[in-house]
Amino acid sequence: MAALAGDAGPLLRLQEFSCERDGRMLFQGLDLAVGPGECVELRGPNGSGKSTLIRAVAGLYPDYTGSIRSAECLYVGHRPGLAVLLSAEENLRWYAALRPGGPGVSAALERVGMAGYERVACQHMSAGQQRRVALARLVLCPAPLWLLDEPLTALDAAGQQLVLDLIEDQRRRGGAALCATHQPLDLAGARVLDLADAAPAGAPS
Amino acid sequence: MSGAGLFVAQFRREWIASLRSLQEAFNPLVFLFLAVTLFALGVGVQPEVLGGIAPGVIWVLVLLANLLALDGMFRRDFDDGTLEQLVLLGRPLFLPVLAKMAAQWCLTGLAMTVLAPLAALLLYLPAGVVDTAMLTLLAGSPALTLFGAVGAALTVALRRGGVLLALLVLPLYVPTLIFGAGAIDLAMAGSDVSAQIYLLTAISMLAVTVAPFAAQAALRIGLEQA
Amino acid sequence: MTLKELWHRLGSPRWFYRISGPLAWVLGILALVLLVSGSVWGLAFAPPDYQQGNSFRIIYIHVPTAIVAQSAYMLMGVAGAILLVWRMKMADMVLAATVPFGMTMTALALFTGAVWGKPTWGAWWVWDARTTSMLVLLFLYFGLYALRQAIPRQETAGRACAVLAVVGVINIPIIKYSVDWWLTLHQGATFRLTEAPAMPPEMWIPLAVNVLGLYCFFGANLVGRLRAEIVRREARTAWVRALAAGELQTAREVSEDEVLRMGPGPGAGR
Repeated sequence: MAALAGDAGPLLRLQEFSCERDGRMLFQGLDLAVGPGECVELRGPNGSGKSTLIRAVAGLYPDYTGSIRSAECLYVGHRPGLAVLLSAEENLRWYAALRPGGPGVSAALERVGMAGYERVACQHMSAGQQRRVALARLVLCPAPLWLLDEPLTALDAAGQQLVLDLIEDQRRRGGAALCATHQPLDLAGARVLDLADAAPAGAPS
Repeated sequence: MSGAGLFVAQFRREWIASLRSLQEAFNPLVFLFLAVTLFALGVGVQPEVLGGIAPGVIWVLVLLANLLALDGMFRRDFDDGTLEQLVLLGRPLFLPVLAKMAAQWCLTGLAMTVLAPLAALLLYLPAGVVDTAMLTLLAGSPALTLFGAVGAALTVALRRGGVLLALLVLPLYVPTLIFGAGAIDLAMAGSDVSAQIYLLTAISMLAVTVAPFAAQAALRIGLEQA
Repeated sequence: MTLKELWHRLGSPRWFYRISGPLAWVLGILALVLLVSGSVWGLAFAPPDYQQGNSFRIIYIHVPTAIVAQSAYMLMGVAGAILLVWRMKMADMVLAATVPFGMTMTALALFTGAVWGKPTWGAWWVWDARTTSMLVLLFLYFGLYALRQAIPRQETAGRACAVLAVVGVINIPIIKYSVDWWLTLHQGATFRLTEAPAMPPEMWIPLAVNVLGLYCFFGANLVGRLRAEIVRREARTAWVRALAAGELQTAREVSEDEVLRMGPGPGAGR
């Protein structure tokens, strides 16, 4: 596969980055640079702002201070992003239409082990199967930076291994991933960023 | 991808989803006729009384039926996460949002225009003005969907947004109601109504230029609460 | 100071707080003087109307409230646009501070209109073009108020209200025009609320004074609310803490209880 990042600069750079939610400072003064081939695991207790950080980087949450500079990114959040009335193929074809240039819908479904489910409506799939179809977007719409929020939830052992393999593929072709996760990913060379370290002084831990 | 392609992809998707849940799409139309029946039962069936208030009744009920359909317009996409993916597209949301509005209008405004003769029949609207009634609905109902979509987008993240949506949207419907029902009244008195039709069209045109941008901003705001 | 500098400074709550203290006082005193003199002049000294007698005197309250209610909505539209385009914090505070005032003025205009309508038209409510427009305006205000209450996050609520205010302002001229047309369709003879050409100077000058006075009151109210809102929202910043500490030092008698309330803490004042 073609290399995703042309120059050697970081794909994501956060500087003096602070987020506030409902009048409470979640974390402050965060500095982070994620270069090509890197994977950063975002850790922290519930409510420490992992999801908010990822959503802010993706562009879904505006109430932050500091600067975000990021390459084109692909966000896979808690919600699968699949219309339940549509089949896996219809859903993915819509994504492919919005972001062309990927390997095609059937190849993507095959990569996530969902070949044969093209015509099944997503409402008839289990949570884990929906998750896999959602992950097919990572194959379908190439982007240099992946933003994954709890990518392992609802997946069986094989599915979790699939996520790790996909991240490894992404790193090999020069992309990067930022994962909010409770479970350690056990990826070689992955960095860990614990948001508890960036919590403001005096906050309940 | 070209803008037209973006519009078509989104419209197709909306259309397929609506066909799969046809019952849901029919509900506002059934409501329209149920309410027409209630009006006849409540007001009485003297042709001159019922026929006299028919223009206003038809328009008010179309307004309310539109409102009922609006509540779910963006909520399903919000719940399943497709809305946030659409916002993250990195290009203006204008066209996808407009496509959603167009699909919504086909299922409500256009469908109600087509069914208007039936409602007119039940309400003893004089046969000579049925074409005027359909014309006013055709020209005015896009504004209902478009301004309504702004309200639907503003309340997308709220669990119980239904009544609030009505409160936000109905005042914006006042001009459309006045010109729509007024034109049918005028036609019943034998006057020319082309001015009112033009005005309704003008309001709809204004809505096309304003509402998609407002709805797009409102959807981004709604996603902050996810 | 150039216009651009002023614009940037207006975006700073701290700067506004520093300069606005005297402003609230000046506007408040002006409002008091104008409203008292205008009302006394209008209610006691202006000549009675040749048709309506003394009952017309309610215009000295009715007209100012109606004018200010509409201006307040326009102001919200402008503030909303500024908030959406430039993300200026102050614009959100203006939006939040104007809604209750505008809503009260609209309700007051409707109430005084009804009080006036009873002796003039013989009915509490007449579907007159202006009263109908004001009624729709009241619903628009209710919508803004309800939307802000429904959204828990303050920043989000502000932006959502801004969108609604802008859409509302775009619609207001159309609503007014459509209501006017609706009345020509449904009413033979329309009543005129203010017989403008027939009004002699000794009748309209107190009215103008009262309008001006109510604008000043609106301004004073707005500045006061803004100052309170600034302190509430910026409670955790260093300058507000310093301000609170300074006030505590000068006023030793402040009770322990109040010290606690002024302190920071999550969601202070919510």
